[in-house]
Amino acid sequence: MIELKNVSKTFDSGTGEVDALKNVTLTINDGDIYGIIGMSGAGKSTLVRCINLLEKPSSGEIIVNGERLDTMSPAQLRAARRNITMIFQHFNLLMQRTCLKNICFPMELAGVKKADAEKRARELLELVGLPDKANAYPAQLSGGQQQRIAIARALATAPKVLLCDEATSALDPKTTRQILELIKDINQKLGITVVIITHQMSVVKEVCNHVAILDDGEVAEEGLVAAVFAAPKSPAGRRLVFPGGVDEMVSDPKTERRVRLIFRDSQTTAIPLVARLASEENIFCNIISASTQKLSEEVYGSLLIGIPSAHFDRALKFISSVANVTAEEVDGNVQ
Amino acid sequence: MYSNLFSEKSVQDLISILPSLPTALWETFYVTVLSTALSLVIGLPLGVLLVTGEKDGVLPLPGWLMHLLNIIINLLRSIPFLILMIMVLPLSRALIGTAVGTTATIVPLVAAAFPFVARLVESSLRELDGNIIEAAQSMGASPLQIICKVMIPESVPSLIQNVTIALTTILSYSAMSGIIGGGGLGKIAIDYGYYRYKYLIMVVAVIILILLVQFFQSLGTYLAKKSDKRLK
Repeated sequence: MIELKNVSKTFDSGTGEVDALKNVTLTINDGDIYGIIGMSGAGKSTLVRCINLLEKPSSGEIIVNGERLDTMSPAQLRAARRNITMIFQHFNLLMQRTCLKNICFPMELAGVKKADAEKRARELLELVGLPDKANAYPAQLSGGQQQRIAIARALATAPKVLLCDEATSALDPKTTRQILELIKDINQKLGITVVIITHQMSVVKEVCNHVAILDDGEVAEEGLVAAVFAAPKSPAGRRLVFPGGVDEMVSDPKTERRVRLIFRDSQTTAIPLVARLASEENIFCNIISASTQKLSEEVYGSLLIGIPSAHFDRALKFISSVANVTAEEVDGNVQ
Repeated sequence: MYSNLFSEKSVQDLISILPSLPTALWETFYVTVLSTALSLVIGLPLGVLLVTGEKDGVLPLPGWLMHLLNIIINLLRSIPFLILMIMVLPLSRALIGTAVGTTATIVPLVAAAFPFVARLVESSLRELDGNIIEAAQSMGASPLQIICKVMIPESVPSLIQNVTIALTTILSYSAMSGIIGGGGLGKIAIDYGYYRYKYLIMVVAVIILILLVQFFQSLGTYLAKKSDKRLK
């Protein structure tokens, strides 16, 4: 289990202090694939680096597997880090070592015998699907293959936690999916807790079961991916899940009020709501944008409509009578 | 001064000193290589400290120590070699018992070259991507492990390039050491060309020096490329 308690981090940028993290409290359970998502500059990378103390928090507690990390001595911390490994956006492999030697590297640091290390490295190459690349150098591999080697290297010391810092951000969509598949596989086969830092919604949707939305150094909201993404409560969450700043400008706020409808489950998404509003209530809505998405095997629909201001209350009353649909008015100022 | 370069007399003079050229070539070679090796022994750790000892380096050292280190290196680098050679005479006497002769010139050469090598090592290590060091830290590497297993091995191609630069610089310095009785091609060029106006001999000695520099540079470039696994 990973527990962050009131973690704050302040950087002294020379021109003044910058609060990268403000009182972040999070609990990540064993076996979770936990996504931390936010815009650039939200403090995601700082947060993940606090978990393995690459960044020392200004205040707060970091507890991983019951051990408090932020008060450890450098030597204790080095030992603890073998249980909390990390993969990176730019892979960070040793370019002058072969893939096999790269995977051996953390074992070499830990003093594992060379023969044992190489044996395990070969097993890991098998696990990440690159058994024939043992003697290749990283520069000879594609980005996706390099990330696979980095994953094998991260698994070498049999860690309990794998931290992924924008691990798929430098990869194309297809390779991203393959790497996420591998991470999911590792999570299930080896029971490793995975923390994924990303700015890509699709990454969280694809593999995470829990998510925290980070906004300006604070946790805006967190919970099950299905719950958070279907009906985000915080402004930051809404900005991320419905990044439709533009659609909301296409309707005229003087004559109509905008409402976001969230449909849950596939039966509800089958209801022709807009048509019924027209035929049964004689209210003609303007569809601004609509989309459906699959989250954790369930289908969710999101519909942004403009309702003529004069009929707003009646329309909202009608909509709220339909089961499994939630409606909320969208403020013109909300992005 | 070059009008009678190929007169019969000049050619005869040249032929008469030809037998001493192999010894001179060897002396230059051995003084250069040995001085470079010793400069590296002192300069490499210093160069490492210059990078790792910084405030956010992997092995932060007290600020005053870093200042002192920088001042000493800059100081030694600002003394012209000709003067430095004379200034370290007592040191040569103390270390190897004599201040003249070919071996004695190694002392001023190392004194002049190790701060230069330290700066070159520093620049090689700074080229390294900081993210790789951070990755090693995230795997629980100690500062010493980061230096020995990450920083130096990952910088080998660049280090070879820079050591080659140091080697050619030391080669040209060693030619000056003829002044304090050092042997080698430089001594022949100065003795015959400057003191006795035998320009042909000077030109030949210089040509051999040029060839030697070419050889070292080509070898260095070849080794640097061959060692670099990023290029394949």
